[in-house]
Amino acid sequence: MTAKPVQIRLRGVAKSFGGKRVLAGLDLDVHEGESLVVIGGSGTGKSVLLKHMIGLLAPDAGTVEVDGVRLADLDYREITIFRRRFGMAFQEGALFDSMTVWENVAFPLRRAGWPRERIAARVAECLELVHLEGAEKKLPAQLSGGMRRRAGFARAIALTPKILLFDEPTTGLDPVIKAVIDGVIVDLRRSLGSTTVTISHDMKSTFRIADRIGMLHEGRIIAIGTPEEIRACPDGRVQQFIEGRADGPLSD
Amino acid sequence: MSGWLRPRIEAFFVEVGRFFVLLWRVFAWTPRPPYDFRQLGTQMVRIGVDSVPVVLLTALFTGGVMALQTFATLKRFNAEGYVGSLVAISMVRELAPVLSALILAGRCGSAMGAELGTMRVTEQIDALEVLATDPVHYLMVPRAWAATLMLPALVILANGIGIAGGYVVSVGLFGANPVTYMANTFQFMDWNDVSSGLVKSAVFGLLIAIVGCQKGFYTTGGAEGVGRSTTRAVVLASITILVSDFFLTKLLY
Ligand SMILES: Nc1ncnc2c1ncn2[C@@H]1O[C@H](COP(=O)(O)OP(=O)(O)OP(=O)(O)O)[C@@H](O)[C@H]1O
Ligand SMILES: [Mg+2]
Repeated sequence: MTAKPVQIRLRGVAKSFGGKRVLAGLDLDVHEGESLVVIGGSGTGKSVLLKHMIGLLAPDAGTVEVDGVRLADLDYREITIFRRRFGMAFQEGALFDSMTVWENVAFPLRRAGWPRERIAARVAECLELVHLEGAEKKLPAQLSGGMRRRAGFARAIALTPKILLFDEPTTGLDPVIKAVIDGVIVDLRRSLGSTTVTISHDMKSTFRIADRIGMLHEGRIIAIGTPEEIRACPDGRVQQFIEGRADGPLSD
Repeated sequence: MSGWLRPRIEAFFVEVGRFFVLLWRVFAWTPRPPYDFRQLGTQMVRIGVDSVPVVLLTALFTGGVMALQTFATLKRFNAEGYVGSLVAISMVRELAPVLSALILAGRCGSAMGAELGTMRVTEQIDALEVLATDPVHYLMVPRAWAATLMLPALVILANGIGIAGGYVVSVGLFGANPVTYMANTFQFMDWNDVSSGLVKSAVFGLLIAIVGCQKGFYTTGGAEGVGRSTTRAVVLASITILVSDFFLTKLLY
């Protein structure tokens, strides 16, 4: 695994919001074609970390490199083009609320200039993958939270980008759909070689999809390794998190 | 004193800086594909066509009031024959552009602030960026050009209706001679009066769109933030219109 080249490299990334430190000099490498899952408590900055990887947030200090390119060196026009290699599913879906589900999923394809028939075929395929057939004509306001999340997921994978960032793709879904989405993530990596970074709270999902697991705590990655390594990690904070215990070093 | 003043002055310059950056980006993105004519069309309908009734109503009554006021005043100098000229020139040079712009600021500047603000706080603007679409390109370019094109079009209508309003009051109420009134209306007006009004209104249209989009684009703080952005979009757009009107008038005369 570690022989693979690094696709996303974060070095000393620090970010504060109004004096509140969220990331504190974080280092992280994501390798090409791997599935990395980032775990960590609510509000520790997992979403913030993900947004740094795609340049939605700029670090106060440190660097973010993707495929050897420093994101900070790109101007607004270059980064727009650069982002074609990414797909991202937001925690709350972030669907365009003036468009139907179908139009949302078709949006990246249209912007990429695909012909009409291919768009229709690809949208149908993506919606089927996340079990949203029949919701094509619905507006985001008419969907449940879980449906919105799945539509956002379908939109993120529509162009089969090289790098996929998923912000809690399965939180709040029923166990069956959860397994389906996990299967799609595993498949994307296996059949297309996509690099995926997934944020998750759910340990079962995490162990299902991860090649490596990293735990974010107090602005740093405190442990990172294969699922076996993480299971065997001597750090009490990691153990408390993956076992989901109420008392332990994280609660102090 | 400086503790109170400094952050406000800084905030002012931040706003001005953002304005020019966005203005520049709108121009920079305009010639780049993909061209979204559907969005442009939608925005032209929303900004232009949907504003027709309220703009016309305002112009009609403004023309009428102008005639009422000037008739009484000019009568004192036995110059009531010039009411037509006065109404027409005031309408095309000043009243139609500024009043239509203020209406548009209220109708569309606020809508842009609310729409983009909502998109910002629900991460839809982030989603656009992630989908390799610059939000300035996708959201602001069509709005800016739609407003720049549609406000002059509205002003042309307002000019006509405003003059008609003056005619109705002068002829219907004060018994002016219809033929001489109409002749008088166009006697002193030249092309420059009309064109300077249209140029002004095109600039106002652009200003409304940029200010409205800017307020929405930089929204923070949830639903309350969207409300704040909406209000500020209207206030700021209105002030910008009135201030720039002074300088444009000076420039175009
Ligand atoms: N745009 C922002 N402005 C100000 N503060 C922010 C912003 N984004 C995130 N934060 C703060 O950063 C911290 C981390 O937020 P983040 O959304 O990354 O948490 P998270 O780990 O994703 O949590 P969750 O698991 O609940 O989604 C929070 O305290 C939040 O208040
Ligand atoms: Mg989060």
